[in-house]
Amino acid sequence: MTAERVLRRGDDSAVLRLSETAAAEIGNDPDTMADDERVLLNMGPSHPSTHGVLRLMLEMEGETVLRSKPVVGYLHTGMEKQAEQLSFLQGCTNVTRMDYASPLFSELAFSLTTEKLLGIEVPERAVWIRMLMCELNRMSSHLLFMATNGMDLGAVGMMIYGWREREEVLRFFEMVTGLRMNHNYIRPGGVAADLPDGWEAEVERILEITEPRLEEYDVLMTGQPIWRERLQGVGVLNTDEALALSATGPLLRSTGYAWDLRRDEPYLAYDQVDFDVLVGTYGDCYDRFAIRLNEIRESMKIVRQILEKMPSGDYRIQDKKVTPPPRVRIDQSMEALIHHFKIFTEGYKVPAGEAYCAVESPRGELGVYIVSDGTSTPYRMHVRGPSFINLQTMPHLMKDGLIADGVAIISSVDPIMGEVDR
Amino acid sequence: MSDDENTAGEGADASADEIDAGPDHETRFGAIVTDSLGDVVLHADRETYLDTMTAAKDDGFDQLIDLTAVDFLAYAAPRDLPDGLDAERFEVVVQLINHERGDRVRVRVQVPADEPVVPSLFDLWPGSEALEREVFDMFGIEFDEHPDMSRILMPEDWVGYPLRKDYAVGSIPVQFKSASNVR
Repeated sequence: MTAERVLRRGDDSAVLRLSETAAAEIGNDPDTMADDERVLLNMGPSHPSTHGVLRLMLEMEGETVLRSKPVVGYLHTGMEKQAEQLSFLQGCTNVTRMDYASPLFSELAFSLTTEKLLGIEVPERAVWIRMLMCELNRMSSHLLFMATNGMDLGAVGMMIYGWREREEVLRFFEMVTGLRMNHNYIRPGGVAADLPDGWEAEVERILEITEPRLEEYDVLMTGQPIWRERLQGVGVLNTDEALALSATGPLLRSTGYAWDLRRDEPYLAYDQVDFDVLVGTYGDCYDRFAIRLNEIRESMKIVRQILEKMPSGDYRIQDKKVTPPPRVRIDQSMEALIHHFKIFTEGYKVPAGEAYCAVESPRGELGVYIVSDGTSTPYRMHVRGPSFINLQTMPHLMKDGLIADGVAIISSVDPIMGEVDR
Repeated sequence: MSDDENTAGEGADASADEIDAGPDHETRFGAIVTDSLGDVVLHADRETYLDTMTAAKDDGFDQLIDLTAVDFLAYAAPRDLPDGLDAERFEVVVQLINHERGDRVRVRVQVPADEPVVPSLFDLWPGSEALEREVFDMFGIEFDEHPDMSRILMPEDWVGYPLRKDYAVGSIPVQFKSASNVR
């Protein structure tokens, strides 16, 4: 195995290093292309299979993709700049909007980093609630992948099934956080509210519904010859290339490399639950599909253990520095009212320093790097978005493949453009 | 730690002058080692940055996890730099991982405002390509020998570097259709 392919700089590289202006000029005058057989083709940014607003610049020869370049930035709203204006308390409302398919992971990474700077440790129940919510979110995110992956490859029925199961999880999220997406639930110091009464029954119901339906997916997709034909051997990456391109998550694991932050650098209480890290063999689209499908099963396994082990206690830290007083206290005490007011207007001050924390999101390593200068807003917040970085593998996966396979590849990299563009 | 110093090779020698200024500093790959809330931080010198990174890669840091930058123009707190390092306006921050040992390091490089140029890490970890483009786009820091030094998130013809601290957040007037009173 070698990563030589991804280190190339010149015309033999899979990456089409061409500016948009230059590409437009070639488009106006096709004779400028070196070879008459080659065409520059634009795909997206508004295309049903590009998952939002991904644009691809493709250099084609017939139906074969030679070089390509993902053109991103259509959703860029300057969220890292925005984070510098928002207090640490408000920060979660911002980061949760990045990866909108798995918002709780961004909140978690942001909260962990802030807590590291503050030097606080959250109560045990908050840790387990966070873990429960994140594993359910991993399920919903991978179910969404099942839906879009199916849709992109023509299994339109799968789109509806995937969304149907995902909706069950989102309904639970709405019950706990009040919102289906962009929850702002995990916050520095714990979580926003305790789990509501009857949450166990609701979680058990989700598990009960999902289990047999995953079996149906196996019939519909995993074992189906057309599906396998469409995915096996398409978009192959080896381990060295994945490591060189900074790919993480299912993309790296599909190459046979067992690396999962939940197991290898345990955060929360992942060292107290039992689960398997799934790896592929060939590093193709089929492996990535199979890993995600089975990661839903592993997440369900973790959720079952959480149901058994959920400790009682506080759902947020009782540190007056970061936690607002309970609602009833505000009516009784002037000091509580002032305290409440201070925290929600000025925010709490975070000691100067820098910290980086990473979590295993459904798409790979999601890290947050915060530099604080001792005020109540981050001096600088940077998000290591796995989608943004995994996107770099796309030209290499597409090289010398058919454009129809390109659709399978975009889908199997599973980029969420909100996080790519931030 | 002695192994690391050996593999650092040239980098260790070249930056030895800097290190003399602060006699107690431990070094690794030719960079000063400090601790930040339990994380290992290497303060590399810009001149020997590439040597430090090469030594790190030879030592088994097989993946570049993240690369970003910070603009310290308006930083209110004292800079937490070891003695002998001059604080500059920009800092490029790189996170590396060694999967085998489960080891992580953070490399910080001071980059002056009047010459914001740093060598590119493309030849060591091609995964740095998009991240370096992002830093160029947002901070105007150029990466020497980068295969495609262009903007990535902002439009190609954009003027200015949005994440610099002297770049205002700005605002655009929004008029709601149903609003009757126009200010």
